[in-house]
This record gives sequence, C-alpha cells and structure tokens, in this order.
Amino acid sequence: MSLILIVLAPFLGALLPAVMANAGRRTCALTTLTVSAVALVGLVSRVPEVLAGDMPVAQVEWMPELGLNFTLMLDGLGLFFAALILGIGCLVIIYARYYLSRDDNMGEFFTYLLLFQGAMLGIVLSDNILVLLVFWELTSLSSFLLIGYWKHLPDGRQGARMALTVTGMGGLAMIGGMLILGRIAGSYDLSVILENREAIQASPLYLPALLLILLGCFTKSAQFPFHFWLPHAMAAPTPVSAYLHSATMVKAGIFLMARLWPVLSGTEVWFYLVAGTGLVTMVIGAVVALFKDDLKALLAFSTVSQLGLITFLLGTGSAYAAVAAVFHILNHAIFKCALFMTAGIVDHEAGTRDIRRLGGLWRLMPVTFAIALISGLSLAGVPLFNGFPSKEMMLEEATHVTFFGPEWLVPALATVGALFSAAYSFRLIGHAFLGAKRDDYPAKPHDPGIGMWGPPALLCVLVLVIGILPWLAQPAVFFVAQSVLGTTADIPEGLYLKLWPGITEALMMSAISLAGGLVVLLLFRPAAWLWTAAHVPHAKSIFDGIVAGAVALSRGLTQPLHDGAFTRYAMIFAVAVAALSGHAWLTGEVGPPTREPLPMNEVAVAGWLMLVTATAAIVVFHRNRLFALILMGIVGLMVSIGFALFSAPDLAMTQISVEVVTIILLLLALNFLPDETPRESSGLRRLRDGTVAVVGGLMAAGLSYHLLLRDFVEPSISAYQLENSYKGGGGTNVVNVILVDFRGFDTFGEIIVLGIAAVVIYALTEALLSGPVRAKLLNRRPEKDLAGDMHPLMMVVLTRVIMPLVLMVGVYIFLRGHNMPGGGFIAGLIVAIGLVMQYMASGYYWAADRQRYPFHGIIGAGVLVAGITGIGAWFAGYPFLTSSYGYITIPPLEEFEWASAMGFDLGVFLAVVGAVMLSLESFARMARRRDQKDSEHAMDIDPSRKETT
Amino acid sequence: MMTLAFIVSFFCVSLAQVLAMVRLIKGPCVGDRILALDTMAVNAIALLILLGLAGGTQIYFEAALIFAMLGFVSTVAYARFVLRGDIIE
Repeated sequence: MSLILIVLAPFLGALLPAVMANAGRRTCALTTLTVSAVALVGLVSRVPEVLAGDMPVAQVEWMPELGLNFTLMLDGLGLFFAALILGIGCLVIIYARYYLSRDDNMGEFFTYLLLFQGAMLGIVLSDNILVLLVFWELTSLSSFLLIGYWKHLPDGRQGARMALTVTGMGGLAMIGGMLILGRIAGSYDLSVILENREAIQASPLYLPALLLILLGCFTKSAQFPFHFWLPHAMAAPTPVSAYLHSATMVKAGIFLMARLWPVLSGTEVWFYLVAGTGLVTMVIGAVVALFKDDLKALLAFSTVSQLGLITFLLGTGSAYAAVAAVFHILNHAIFKCALFMTAGIVDHEAGTRDIRRLGGLWRLMPVTFAIALISGLSLAGVPLFNGFPSKEMMLEEATHVTFFGPEWLVPALATVGALFSAAYSFRLIGHAFLGAKRDDYPAKPHDPGIGMWGPPALLCVLVLVIGILPWLAQPAVFFVAQSVLGTTADIPEGLYLKLWPGITEALMMSAISLAGGLVVLLLFRPAAWLWTAAHVPHAKSIFDGIVAGAVALSRGLTQPLHDGAFTRYAMIFAVAVAALSGHAWLTGEVGPPTREPLPMNEVAVAGWLMLVTATAAIVVFHRNRLFALILMGIVGLMVSIGFALFSAPDLAMTQISVEVVTIILLLLALNFLPDETPRESSGLRRLRDGTVAVVGGLMAAGLSYHLLLRDFVEPSISAYQLENSYKGGGGTNVVNVILVDFRGFDTFGEIIVLGIAAVVIYALTEALLSGPVRAKLLNRRPEKDLAGDMHPLMMVVLTRVIMPLVLMVGVYIFLRGHNMPGGGFIAGLIVAIGLVMQYMASGYYWAADRQRYPFHGIIGAGVLVAGITGIGAWFAGYPFLTSSYGYITIPPLEEFEWASAMGFDLGVFLAVVGAVMLSLESFARMARRRDQKDSEHAMDIDPSRKETT
Repeated sequence: MMTLAFIVSFFCVSLAQVLAMVRLIKGPCVGDRILALDTMAVNAIALLILLGLAGGTQIYFEAALIFAMLGFVSTVAYARFVLRGDIIE
C-alpha cells in the first residue's frame, strides 16, 4: 500500500464513524477498527522493503517553489512508531467500544480518534519538516477535541484548553526552529537535513534553532517545566489517556528528538539541556506521582517521569543510550497503556479512581488485578518484566554521565528517580488492589467483559515475553536504534538485550531503588504529611496566572483602540490618514502636473454643488435620522451619475442597486430607532471631532487632487489587464474578467465572507428572537398612527407586473456580463431588489410562504457552484479557478461564447441574492408584531368586489 | 446645432436637479423631501439619456433603464416608512 494511502486512510476513514454512529455501537467500532487495521496491514506490507535496507518514499508536489512537498518516507524509526500508533490504536479502539457508555456519542469519539491517528502517522512518516509541522499542529488540535470530549465536564474543557495552549505555543516555537533549520540546511527535506550535521552545528543559528525545536518537543512530551498540562489532560476519557498520553502523542516530542538526533545531538548545549531536563523531569515527576491519590493523575505523573527518562537517554548522546531509549519507548508504551486501561476499568467498575477509597480489589477483580500487577511491576522495574531491562540500561548509562564535575550526581539522581518510580508503582498495586476488602465502594466492583480486559491482557503478555526473553526484541530494537543513529555511529559491539546483566553498579542501584521504594511505601503516611506540609506550588495556578496576565495585557492594548464606538475608529482612521498625507507632503516631492484637468461643464458643476450641499446638510441635520438618510440618497445618486459621467456605466449600475438595497436595509433598522438622535457629547468634544474631520478631509482631498493631476511614478497594472482580458480571460469587460478570472480567488473569498456576514445577521436575529427580547418585540406598538393600507393594491399590482421584467433584465445583465457592463454581482442585486419588492408589497408572511428555497441554501449553493467551477480546472490539469472559454452555435441562435468563468459568476450571483435577501429578511422578521396575522392574500382589499352604493 | 441643443438641455436638467435639491433641503415636510429625491432620480435618468445621446453609445440607455426600474423602489420604501413605519409588513 502506498505510504500516502497509509497516512490518508485514517483521515478518510474519520468520516465513517460519524456516518455509522446511527448504525449501532458495534458497527461503529468495527468500522473504526477496520480503518486502523487496513492502515496497519498496509504498513506491514511495506516492512520487507524497509528490512531489506530500502527506504520507501512517496511524493506529491505541493508548493515546490517554497520547498514544500508532501513527501513521506518509511525508515526504521518511522516504521517503529507507525506500528506502535496503529497497533496500540487497534487495541484502544476495542477497549473504547466497551468503555464508552450509551450516552456518549461514539461516532464523534472515533472520528476524533482517527483524525488524531492520521495526524500522528503523518508526523512519523513525513520526510519534509514543513509537512511534519502541519501534522504536528493537527495532533494538537485533534487531541484538544479528544481531551475535551466530555464537553459537559468543566475539567475536561479546561484540561483541553490548557493542553492546546501549551502544546500550541510549543508548536509555534517549533515552526520557527524548523524554518531556521531548513534555512541552514538549504532544504526542508529531512533526508537532506540529516546529512548536514557539520554545517548545521557550525552555523551561528544552530543555538536558536535547537532551543526553538526543543521547546516544541518539551511541551509536547510534557518535560519540566511544561509537564503540568498532562495531568490535567487526564479529564479525558481513559481510552484517550491510554492512547495519547502513554503511547503516542506525548512520544511525538521524543520521536522528533530521536529523528533529529543525528544532526542536533552531540553538542554541549544539547547534552546539558536535554539530558538535564530529562533527569529533572524524571525525578520531579516520580516524586509528585507518589503523592497523587487519583489513579490517572498518578499514572500521568509517572508518564512525565518516564518520558523524562527517555529524554535523558537521548540527551546523553551515546549510541548505547539511543538503544536504551528506543527499547524503553517500546516497553513504556506497552506497560503504560495497559496501566491506563486498568485505571479505566477500575473507574468504570468501582465508580472511583481515588486510591484512598479503593483497596482490596484483588479479591473482587482478580483478572484486573493480575493485569495491574504485571504492568505495575514492570513500571516499578522488577526483573522478569519488560520495564526492567531498559531501566537497567538507563542506570548503566547514568553511571557514565557526569554533570558539572561530581561523578556521583547523575547516578544518585537516577537512583532517586527509579526509587520513587518503584514506590508509586508499589503504591498503585498495594493501596488500590491489596489490603482488606471495603464495603463502601461507590459501585460494586467486578471484572469487566473480555472486551475491556482483553486489550490490556494482550499487552501484559508482551510485558512478560519481552521481560523474560528480551533478546526476542533485540533485532527490532537494534534496527530502529540504527536508524536513529543514522550514519553518525553504530550500535556498540557486544551489546545484547539481556535479562541478567550480571552484578554491575546498575544492578546495585536497581536493588537499592526497589528496596527503597518498598521502604518509602511503608513510610507513606508520614511522607504524605510532609508533602502536604511543604505546599509545593500548584502548576495550574501559575499557568492560570500567566494566562490571566496575558489576557489583561492584550485587553489593555486592544480596548482603547477597539472599544466598539464607531466614532473612535473613524477618528483613528482620520488621524492616521491626515498624519500620513502630512508626512508625504512634508517629506516627498511633487513633480509638475502631467495631466490636464477636464473642462468644467454645467453637469459637473451641478453635481459638485449638490454633493457638497448634501454633505454639508447632513452635518447640520444629521440628528433627524430620516432626513439624513434622504440626504445620503442624494450623495448616492450623484456618485452613480458621476460614475456614468466618467465612463463607468457598470459601476453606476452597481452603485444605484447597492443604494436601493442600503436604503431598504437602513429603513428597516430605523423602524426600531427613535426619530431623533439625542445629543450626547459635550461641545468641546464636538469641536475636537470636527477639527479632526476637517483636517482629515482636507488632507485626503489634497492628496487625491495631486494624484489625479499626475501619472503614477510606477506604471500601473491596468495596461496588463486591458491587454490580457480577452486573450487570457475570453471577455472584453475587463472589470468582470478581473472579478471572475484574474482575481477570481479574491472574489471567491469575498462571496464566502458575504455569505458568512448574512448568516451571522440571521444567527443574531435568531438569538434575539429566542431570548427575552422576543416578547418585547412582539408586543411593540407603533409610536405614531399608521396611515394607508398595509398592502396597497397599486403597489401589489405594479410589483407583480414588473417582476418578470426585473428577472429578465437580471438574466440579460448576467449573461452578457463577461463582455459588456454587467455580471453576476449586479444581476444578483437586481434580482434581490425584485424579490424585496414583493415582500414590501404583499407583506412578509405572504412572500415568505412563497419562498421555495431558504436563502441560506442559496448562499451555500452559490459558494458551492463557484467552488466546483474552480475545482473543474483541476481535471484539465490547471490550478484552481483557471478559466477557459470557447464558442458554440446553437442552431437558431448566433454564435455564442461560453466561458467557464460563467459558472463562477453564477456562484457570485447566487451568493449575492442569498446574502442580500437573508439579511433583509432577518430585519423584517424582527419587526413582526403580535397583532399581524399570517395572510393568505396578496392585498387587503378584494379588487373583484361589486361597488354598492 | 446639436451642440447647442445639448448645452441647453444639459443646463436645464442640471438646473432642475439643483432646484429639486433646494426643495429637498427646504422641506418643509417629509413628503416634499421624498418627492424631491424622486424628482432628482428622474432627472438623473434624463441626464443619463442625454449623456448617451451626446456620446453616441447605447450603454447609458441600459444604465438609465436600470435607474428607472429600481429607482422608484427607494421612493416607495421611504413612503411606506413614513406611512407605516415598517416597510415589510
């Protein structure tokens, strides 16, 4: 199976569980399992190639100019992680099927899970670091959805947010690091980067790149001091914790450190930073874990500690440590996943995860106990279990590492870490399972069905097999480790994975830690008392403090600029424009005028006079809202005429249609407002605002005047567009060709924005009408007496007669838009006005009853049609939205030009009609009163009545 | 001869526009103002036709058609607002 297909399988498959959610829980889970299993089979089918020393590569060009190609590769390390992700993924899916209750939406859960799985696979198989970054962010997002899956729990939501904040910030840092790395290596392909060790380490940018990348890795892999999100992420359902927080996501940081090991490791900074952080994390995590009463919190801190162990190993930079790290990644994934599943079983069956309320479960849940015992002892690092051999290797490595001089420091810290690891593992087994049976469990504990204990039991078999016969894992571990090392080093000669290392210093340390762990557990009560008395600062409160500070800071910056008062924005804008034009005037040079002003004729003078008078009148009379609106009508009319006068008839048409729609919209809004605007600001303030307005206006006018009298210094783009409009776009109307072809992508974005704006207006109306304001609106009484008919006969007849004419003009303007003034936008406005006329004449209810397609649907259809037209170009092998055109002759008609841009223009047309109508209709809906009834009749009087005298 | 005719008609229509605006600002009641705006729209159509004649192009006629077809809608909307408050009842 192609690598691309392996990565895409979970993404494509993510649609299935959501669809299958109604087909029953079993079908839903089976579908999900099939998707993962297919990807796993696909992966296995490529194993022989990898083992033979080949490196399968798959590539799709994305943006080759930026060095961004969708390149995937499968080497030993990628294969190892992909197998973990898919193998454990399958087990987790089975477990989750039985773990989730009937109230949980299983389809949603599995969809998120598969999205996450795909993102993880993408990380481990990417050959391009930019693609890797994309997948990296995707894991942050999908894990956010998974952690917050139980949306009704505040813990879940907060935990999800914290995880997203921390890992997201790390991801941002990593983007910077990766870009620097790519810049140094001259390529964003991993295969190239990995061969440039010397160049990268010699570069002055090595340090910033390393720091930024490590920031990403440490946040993702929960290293101190970024570890705090992991325990809070435990609010997630247990299958999520078992999958994300033991085997996969938290290993992504580790994976990346291993992946970049050949180029980044071996320097002093790397050694102190990575090994030091790892060691500190290992010790702190283990100590905190001991005192956690929540089973999952204990396991979370234990994961932090174990991840620290692996980080420490990678940090030391020796080949031996790399082997140990790979071995421990494998072992930890196996036993920690089993432990999380056990915690989930206990929570599920006993009703609590609080260790203080548990105990004595071994009698009640023998199978679960056996699983917990095996995986717990492995976590403690007891011989015969798989946690032991890799921990031994870690201790062995620790004896060879020295920090800042004293030789005993690192081994001692490692022993302390191992000691507390043993202690919390023993506590997990001892306090939760052993001891006397209690009679106050929240639920009746019993063993679950095989669906829930089967997956961890299978993992336990692996724990024992690897624990007793470690050499079985040796070829795989060595193979993977060699791919971590790359060409920089080889696996040390004579190294074997073995159960019995002989009497070494490491064995002594191990013995001390196990015995010490038992002692600490026996002294648990006084130790716990000491821990509580010490008042260790809580990471969550620190995090909350930092977030609150950041929020306050950004609020302090935003609020003064963006306080919701339009006058303020207008003021900032005017001052900025005035300052900029003042600056331009003072520093720039103005050449002599190169253009002759047009002669003044009577039309121009009259237009100018009216514009100025209307504007001045608005200033004087603006408190009378209706009068102000009428005066604005003059301005709109004059601007339309102006467009026509300066040879832009299509702009004139657009302007007048927009004018009509605007007036209708404002009149609908004015209905809710008093007639007069009250006087609110003081005289001094008005003086200030007036000064700003006059200065800003004079500056802008001066600037325009000077620009209009001169040619641009640089030749403008207009010439190109005029030249290529017909050649390239098949249309002679340059404006339309620009809209649907040259700048088609912008237009596409614009119609989407337009649609969103209309839908938001609709949503706001909907929210308003379902809130307490509804009653107020319904019972509103008109402030003044109403005159005339509600639905006057004259208007009804006129609008009905004019409707086909308007539609015909709309079609005409639309069809010829590509070559002559017109197009989808104007046509949309014209048709929308035709429809609004019906609403105005016969009333809201009458018109809405006859509206067959909802306006949101029309917007959506518009965006879809435009999008599909754009995608159509792909089939011809061209980029999105490339248009083509040709000529056809339909017999009775003349030769007829078709252009694919027409489909796009149809999308624009539909979106405009839908958006205009939806917003007008929303306003009209708000004005419905209780005393208005739904009327079947188009008008209020019966035109066929007989006059009686 | 034609030039003179154009000059005269442009002048007259422009004058009509200005006079309509004087009425619009003077009022005194809303009805006067709405009617004045409507008159201005009619004059605008006349101006467009004149422009088309003077420039010898048909495109202005279409613009004039659209002005005529849609311009009245805003007048109706104003009138409905004054009479009924709610323009879509």
